[in-house]
Amino acid sequence: MAVPKRRTSRSNTRSRRSQWKAKVPTLAKCPRGHVVRPHTVCTTCGRYNERQVLDV
Amino acid sequence: MPTPTKGARLGGSPAHERLLLANLATALFEHGGITTTEAKAKRLRPYAERLVTFAKRGDLHARRRVMRHVRDNSVVHTLFTEIGPRYVDRNGGYTRIIKLGNRKGDNASMARIELVEALTVGQQAVGEAERARGTRFAPSRKPTGATAEAAEDLAKESPTAAAVHAQSAEVTPAAEAPKGDGTASDEGSAESAS
Repeated sequence: MAVPKRRTSRSNTRSRRSQWKAKVPTLAKCPRGHVVRPHTVCTTCGRYNERQVLDV
Repeated sequence: MPTPTKGARLGGSPAHERLLLANLATALFEHGGITTTEAKAKRLRPYAERLVTFAKRGDLHARRRVMRHVRDNSVVHTLFTEIGPRYVDRNGGYTRIIKLGNRKGDNASMARIELVEALTVGQQAVGEAERARGTRFAPSRKPTGATAEAAEDLAKESPTAAAVHAQSAEVTPAAEAPKGDGTASDEGSAESAS
């Protein structure tokens, strides 16, 4: 079985982990001003394209 | 004909996918709209719309072809008496998919797929105007043949069928009228040319 030859240094570990970043999600506004994911029904008012889709 | 699907089958095997799609289509026609994962909704759309096209055709052969997929007799009946006649003046696009965001638990993107409404009076009027003007947006289909016959037979049974029957009854004089208009406009253009 393959095993690591060397212990990963603190520096290498931290450099690797510095790339773990949260992305800013793409957001849009529904016609009533709620913040929504684009092309998705608004979970606050339950509407999409001015059409009531969900029971809220 | 819808584009063939690529990639893995839903549910793992071709047989499982056939059953899944058949069950999803049955549920869709029974309830008018269902909430499922986005991937399944997207695969269901061409499948279900093809069945609606068979329902619009409305003859026995079409019914038997639908029965291969939708095994519930009552659902097939509603499909042929309510849903098919509702879409006589639509050429495809019988379903609508709305994305609902991700599901808690496995973060799967969910969607609602539903049968769209019949054309409103306003939309029909626009269609008729387009037809009279002979633009390329003119809807080509009118309730004819088996659909009209089925609507006539079932007029008493369902309101949709009755509406379609009324429409197909109207069609014959209406279909003649645009022809008259067409010749009239031709004459008019000839006059204007001379």
